[in-house]
Amino acid sequence: MITILFFGRLSEAANTGRRTIPLPPGVADTAALRGWLGRDEPALAAALAEPAMGIAVNGALSRTNVILTGNEEVAFMAPVSGG
Amino acid sequence: MADHESAGAIASFVGAVRGESGEVTLLDLSHYPGFTERAVAAIGEAARVRFALLGYRVVHRFGPLRPAEPILFVGAAAPHRRAALDAVAYLMDGLKTDAPFWKREHGPAGSRWIEARDTDHADRARWEESW
Repeated sequence: MITILFFGRLSEAANTGRRTIPLPPGVADTAALRGWLGRDEPALAAALAEPAMGIAVNGALSRTNVILTGNEEVAFMAPVSGG
Repeated sequence: MADHESAGAIASFVGAVRGESGEVTLLDLSHYPGFTERAVAAIGEAARVRFALLGYRVVHRFGPLRPAEPILFVGAAAPHRRAALDAVAYLMDGLKTDAPFWKREHGPAGSRWIEARDTDHADRARWEESW
């Protein structure tokens, strides 16, 4: 199972902060997962398409596409603001 | 942090929720457990090295906070005041743009997400360093 986390505006677009699903057929990396998630959810697709969005796989921020095997935690993060 | 005989300067900062004249009744902060702590620690370590700090402390709250409640505490100890004061400013600028927290502001007019502003990124850029 793959755990998908949404933070900030993305959690609103996804209507949840967390989804746990089997790795969908044909999805083998984070770029494909991103496309798959937005396939029939326009609000989520738009939020995921924003260039400022960050992706972390198993807690490590990644600026490149990451291969997924089906047991990862993938976090999609809207722009942050601490302080 | 202050328990160091070389620490001639200890500076601190406390950030609080702005009520914006009644427009904000609640600020809800979410974070990514584990990931957020590591990111904050990386910013802190960068400050420690850059300003040769004798110690530092960052305490960041999350969850629902009301106006006037403190959001975070930043403290830095150094031999002299300039390093301690600059380290606190540096830590705050870094946390504003790079600490993985997400803020949702609630008020009578509804709610909205708060993200780092252009001025925050400009503040951050003046240190010309990434972590």
